[in-house]
Formats: sequence, structure tokens, C-alpha cells
Amino acid sequence: MKRRTFFKSTAAAGAAITAAPAVWSEAKAQARNETLLLITESPPNSMDIQGVGTNRPSYEVSWNTYDRLITYGVKKDANGNDHYDYTKLEPELATEWNVTPTSATFKLRKGAKFHDGTPITAKDVKWSFDRAVSVGGFPTFQMKAGSLEKPEQFVAVDDNTFRVDFVRADKLTMPDIGVPVPVIMNSELCKKHATAADPWAMEWLKNNLAAGGAYKIERWQPGQEVVFMRNDDWQNGPLPKIKRVIRRIIPSAGNRRALLERGDADISFDLPPKDFAELATSPKLTVIGTAIENAMVYLGMNVNEKPFNDVKVRQAVAWALPYQQIMDSVMFGRALPLFGGADNLSKGSYWPQKDGYKTDIAKAKALMAEAGYADGFETTLSFDLGMASTSEPLTILVQESLKQIGIKATINKIPGANWRGELLKKNLPMIANAFGGWLNYPEYFFFWCYHGQNAVFNAMGYKNPAMDALIDKARFTSGAEYDKLVKGFIDIAFEEVPRVPIYQPLLDVAMQKNVTGYRYWFHRQLDYRQLVKS
Amino acid sequence: MLNLLLSRLATAIPSIVGVVVVTFMLTRLLPGDPAAYFAGLAASPQAIAEIRTKLGLDKSLPEQFVAYVGDLVQGNLGNSLSTGQPVVTEIATRLPASAELTLFALIVAVAIAIPLGVLAAVKQGTWVDHLCRIVTTAGVSLPVFFTGLLLAYVFYYLLQWAPAPTGRLDIFLSPPPDITGFYLIDSMLSGNLETFWSALRQLALPAISMAIFSLAPLARMTRGSMLAVLGSDFIRTARASGLSPRTVVFTYAFRNAVLPVITTLGMVFSFLLGANVLVETVFAWPGIGLYAVNALITSDYAPVQGFVLTMAVLYVTLNLTIDFVYGLVDPRVRLES
Repeated sequence: MKRRTFFKSTAAAGAAITAAPAVWSEAKAQARNETLLLITESPPNSMDIQGVGTNRPSYEVSWNTYDRLITYGVKKDANGNDHYDYTKLEPELATEWNVTPTSATFKLRKGAKFHDGTPITAKDVKWSFDRAVSVGGFPTFQMKAGSLEKPEQFVAVDDNTFRVDFVRADKLTMPDIGVPVPVIMNSELCKKHATAADPWAMEWLKNNLAAGGAYKIERWQPGQEVVFMRNDDWQNGPLPKIKRVIRRIIPSAGNRRALLERGDADISFDLPPKDFAELATSPKLTVIGTAIENAMVYLGMNVNEKPFNDVKVRQAVAWALPYQQIMDSVMFGRALPLFGGADNLSKGSYWPQKDGYKTDIAKAKALMAEAGYADGFETTLSFDLGMASTSEPLTILVQESLKQIGIKATINKIPGANWRGELLKKNLPMIANAFGGWLNYPEYFFFWCYHGQNAVFNAMGYKNPAMDALIDKARFTSGAEYDKLVKGFIDIAFEEVPRVPIYQPLLDVAMQKNVTGYRYWFHRQLDYRQLVKS
Repeated sequence: MLNLLLSRLATAIPSIVGVVVVTFMLTRLLPGDPAAYFAGLAASPQAIAEIRTKLGLDKSLPEQFVAYVGDLVQGNLGNSLSTGQPVVTEIATRLPASAELTLFALIVAVAIAIPLGVLAAVKQGTWVDHLCRIVTTAGVSLPVFFTGLLLAYVFYYLLQWAPAPTGRLDIFLSPPPDITGFYLIDSMLSGNLETFWSALRQLALPAISMAIFSLAPLARMTRGSMLAVLGSDFIRTARASGLSPRTVVFTYAFRNAVLPVITTLGMVFSFLLGANVLVETVFAWPGIGLYAVNALITSDYAPVQGFVLTMAVLYVTLNLTIDFVYGLVDPRVRLES
């Protein structure tokens, strides 16, 4: 009977688009309408963003289940899509705040509660911030990026007032409080599960939430799915429209596309560029591509070893890359070019931007001859197998192009697990790689990728004291002088080309037409709270 | 019989010990640094060193081995870094998924391959024989992930006969109560027909892709072995004595021909456990193969060791079972021991 009425109702609505398994009852069809099905490639490995080795999908879980003190505003990007606004900080748990040169004081929302009903107080905030700067590893490092370094900086003034004392004036301090790391945890609950050996309850929080955010977790099957349920008592923002979110792992990219096209899944990020390019033209789905801020795919060269220690050789390579071919047949247009500008001078204090290189084999050959390599040389070009879907065709095109100026490059594929270790050794002659920074400041990117402190992402081993001075100074200045400093280090980067920028990747997402409200976030994970499914 | 079993069991122990040592060494010899991998994007050398200490990777190899064996004795296979869970629980929840799929595929394969092989042998040279040849050649020539993708494309994407390849159940159903871990059995036991039907529909395509792959050796072996037996003296005698063709084929010929088929069955079963890895990836099947592949990609030692160890134990058990079944089918084996 139920089966019959179900078919009747769908036929009447004329909405038999979704592939309904034959034995669906009406209640389930209802549940389907209130549920968002997100399909993706990799599962979260922890519920604790401050844990050891917590992966990117876990950031998404944390972002949607925990609160932070403040969050970022929203603006429309060039295509009219919602985009977080890093210039605007907005209330989340804190309703207002007062920033002086030496400290910031936050007023906490009255009536805000954790999932278990305990009121959220300033001592929870202090405990959580203390934890973030004490546990070590990535969270502590990220806090340090905003000069949040030691527990003494954090003061619970009274139940509803929390103060951060600054160790120095740093323009990244306030933005850093809005990143995914400093979440507000239920300190009493956590303390119950802490032990002498594990004072921050790392073991327990890995598999459990001590949160007060917009969603609760209904079910977590590690490696398979996470089911989120809306927290109807949530106070720290507008109540989300979507009641239930299922985040399901579908390992095969082909099947993810099939599920979207058949209307069985609602939204997905993880598809190859070719699929996004094709789906973008399909009338059934919405595809939104947002340029990933402060990110680029590039070709890096080891400046400390022959032959790439010679700037002429590096420039020759920059003139020889098959840029447009990469855009067309590797990225299928799903990227922004970072080549072919008028010249090698920066056009403003923003990053990334176009340099002046384009494919010009004659010019490249001349530079090779000037450098004394008219007959070319042999080298290897390495990439991370974890990014093979784009890096493999890219390196093959580069290999063919370099052959024209006499460089014989052997392609070296490095498994994802080894990649970081190989980068750390800093002895790969040439690499194709990507980098993106959370905080959208040029000097933040340069600090990681060009600065002589030689972080892992400065895989080229580039060191230039003149540039370091500009980067260090830019972090603590603003206005016209800041612009001058930024332009200064960008000009050096373009002229010396330890890395050749190729393109700025897009964060692509495909969703059903009835899903709206998607917002781009710097952490590149999905925020369920603004989505609407009609 | 008991003696036979005990002696076989005794030979199994050294192989298990060997596997423990070899997997430990192999995972350490693999290039790759789990500490660097799990330290995350913005890791400094200090952060990586801290993680290395936390994971116990800064100790010497013998020390690590002693710690590993000590844990193993207590039934602790360590924690997976990529899912954050103890390996023992992960394997225990995932093994039934793989076992259900493999056994179901094997039953489908046997149900088709053995009658086909017997028929092909009895009616040698007829269309049945040719059909058998075509089916088996196609079966071995198609890699199992390809069959899987093809089936999903045709039956899910184009025809919509099969459900979405999203794992063991429809996404909006909750799993049946955990009794055996086999969804088909558990849903029947709890009397939930909707779940049973959903589980069966989800199982169909992956099981068929695996069955197609394993048909070939079974059918060919049945046919070959039946032909040899049918041509032997005692069958001629049986026929000459006027026994019905049915009795001759099933009671006399088949029982004698089945021994090499059982050996092949054992081999096919182990093939299928391997083929699982690919099929599980295609159909998002939350089994042990998918788990092992993900662990390998991330240099996650503990699950890889746990997986290889579980597989080794399974193989050894399988071999023991086959030896035992031999004894039941063929009295000569019992006498020789």
C-alpha cells in the first residue's frame, strides 16, 4: 500500500527525477528532502581539530560542530557567489569586542549552551585557548602565526568576559581567532576525561565532541560516513536550514559524478577538472568555481645546485613552459592564468598575480646559450602522486616543451606519503607542486615559500636577505609603505624565478539546482550552516 | 583425522610467525615518513619530530618490533592514523562486509560454473561447450575493476536497474542490528525485509563483477576434470552395467572429479580476497580491502600490518578447511595420513 501511495505521490508531483529505490516509504522521502547528501573522497580521522595528525576533512567536522569566538563576514565575488570576507570580522560566540593596542576583550553571548546543556562561560574559552597553544604541532603553530603563544595571554575576566593580552602588535592576531583552530570546548566535560598523562583529553576528544556548535553528530562510521543533526538550540548564529547532513565517502571519482548526474547526491567537491568543465555546461547541476586565495600551482627549481643556480637558466625555463596548453588540456579552463602579463613588475600589493612570462622558445634558447648551456642538460622533474590527476599531464607537457630548448627531463613520480619527506631534503632539482595559505596576505605566502627561514615549502632552497627584510617588515606595517614592500618582494620573485607561477587553481563544487547558499571559505571545506535545499 | 589436523596446524604456526616478521620489516622498509605526512601542511621540523616521538618512530627497529609483538600478544594491533581508530575494531567491523561480498560472489560463481563445466564435459563439442569456452575466456580477460565500472555504468547510470553504488545499504536506511555482521542474515533475523532487499540490491553488482572473474578457473577445471573421469575405465564399466546416465554422471563421475575443483575453489577464494580491493573501491564497499589500500597510500603502518596478518590467518584457515574437506570427499586422503 505504502509503495503504491509513494509512486502516486511522486507521479502527481511529476518529480520522479531522483532514482527512488522501489521500497521507499513516504517518511523516507520526507527525510530525503530535509537531508543533504555530500559525497566526497576522504574521511575525517578525528573529531578534534587540535589533535595529532588531524586531516582536512576533520576541519570540516570541527567547523560545523564547534563554535569559535568570532567568524568572518560575507561578500559577493565577481561571479555573484557568496565569498567569505577576510576584512570583516563578525560575532559568533562573542557578541562584541573591544581591541586596544595591548589587548582584546570579548563579551560572550548570554544563554549560549553546549550540546549537553551546560552554559558556555569564559573559563571554557580560556581552557580551549590554553589547550590550542599547549598541545604542540599544527594547532600551536597556527596560533603562533597570530602571535597567540602562551596561556598567560588568556584571561577569563568574569563568566561573560574573556580577554586576550597581546605579546606584540600583530595584524594577524584578530583574524587568527576566526580560523578553524581556536574552537570553544566544554572544559568541564573534557576535564572528566582527562588523565594525568593526558591533561588535555586528547584521546577522548579524538572520538567525541565537547562542542556547542550548529550541528551535532548523530553517527560516525570512521572511513565511511558522518551523519550530522542540526542543534536546534544553537544561539550563535542564524539557525541552519538543513536538518540533517550525511557526509558519505565514495572512493571512485566516476561514481561520484554518476551520483550527481543521476540526482542521487546533492553536492561534491572532489571531481577532476575535466568533469567540472563538462558538468558546468549541464543544465541539471550548478557548478561554482572560486579562485583559491593565496594559492598557486608552480614549477620550482633548486637554486643551490647546478644548473638551476644560474638565474638565466631559470628564466629560460620560465620562457619555455607550455602555459596555454596546460590551461586548455590539463585544467580544461578551470583555473586562472598566472602568466602572460605585460612585464615582470608587480601590478599591486595582491597575490598571486600574473608575471610577464609566456611561451617564447626563441628567447628561452637565447638565455640557455648565454648561460653556457646551448647544448642543454639532463635533469629530473618530480611530482606528488597524490596529485597525479593534474600533475601527471602537466609534467608531461612541460617535459616535451623543455626538450625544445635542450633540457632532457626525466619524470619522477613520488608517492604521496613520501612527498613531504622528499621536499624536506631540498635536493629535488625540479618539482611541480601547489601551495595555498589560509590567511590571505602576500607576506604570509612569501614567509612560507620564499623566505630564507627555509620552511618545507621553500622547496627551492631560495635565500635572499634583501627579500627576507621586505617580508619581515611587511608583516608589521600597513598603508602605502606596506604596498611598497609587497611590490618589492613580488618584483624580486618574478625576476629571480626560483619558482615559475603557472596558474591559480579554482575550488570547484558541483551541486543540484535546488541547493543554494554555498559560501567559499579560506579553509576550503563545506560550511553546512548557510546551505538551503528547496 | 585429528592427527592430520594437528600436524597441519603445527605447520601453520611458523608461517604466521614469518608473516609477522616480514610485514613488520616490509612496512618499515617502504620509503615514506608517516610523521611528515601526518604533521600536516604547515609543519616545521620540530612539529615533525614531536609527532615522530609520539608515534614511537624515533626508537630503534628492534625496540619497535618488541613493542609491536608485545601489543600483538595482547590482541592490540595499534591505532590507524588515517581513521583514528584501533585497527582491531576497524578490521572486525570491516571484515564481515568483505566476507559477505566474497562468499556471495563465490556462491554465485559456483552455482553457475559447476553446472556449466559438467554440462560442457558431458556434451563435449556442442553449443554448451562453446558457450562455456566463451564465458570463461571473457571472464578471465576482463579485469575485475573494469567489469565493475562497466556494470555500474550500464545498470546504474544508463538503465537505473541497480541502486547507486554507495556501499552496503541505501543511504537513508540504518544498518540492521549487529548479530553476524552479514547484512543479509542480520536483516532476516530481525525480520526487516526492507533492509534485506536493499542489502541484496547493493550486493548484486559487486558480487556479479567478482563472480564473472572467478567463473573461468572453476568452470574450466570442472570441465577438464570431468572429461578425464568420464573417459576412465570404471565409468565405462558403470555404463556397460546399465546404470542410468544420471547416476553415472553425478554419483560416480562427479564425486571423483570434484577433488581438483575444491583445490581450485580454495585458490579462487584467495584470488577473490585480493580482487576485493578493486571492487570495493569501485562500489564504495566499506570492506577490508579498501581500508588496506587507503592505509598503504598514507604509509599508515598499523592497518597494513593488521591487514596482512588477518589475511595470512584467513589463508591458513582456508587451507586447513580445504585439507579437511578433502578428507571428507576422498577416503584415500584419510588413509594416507
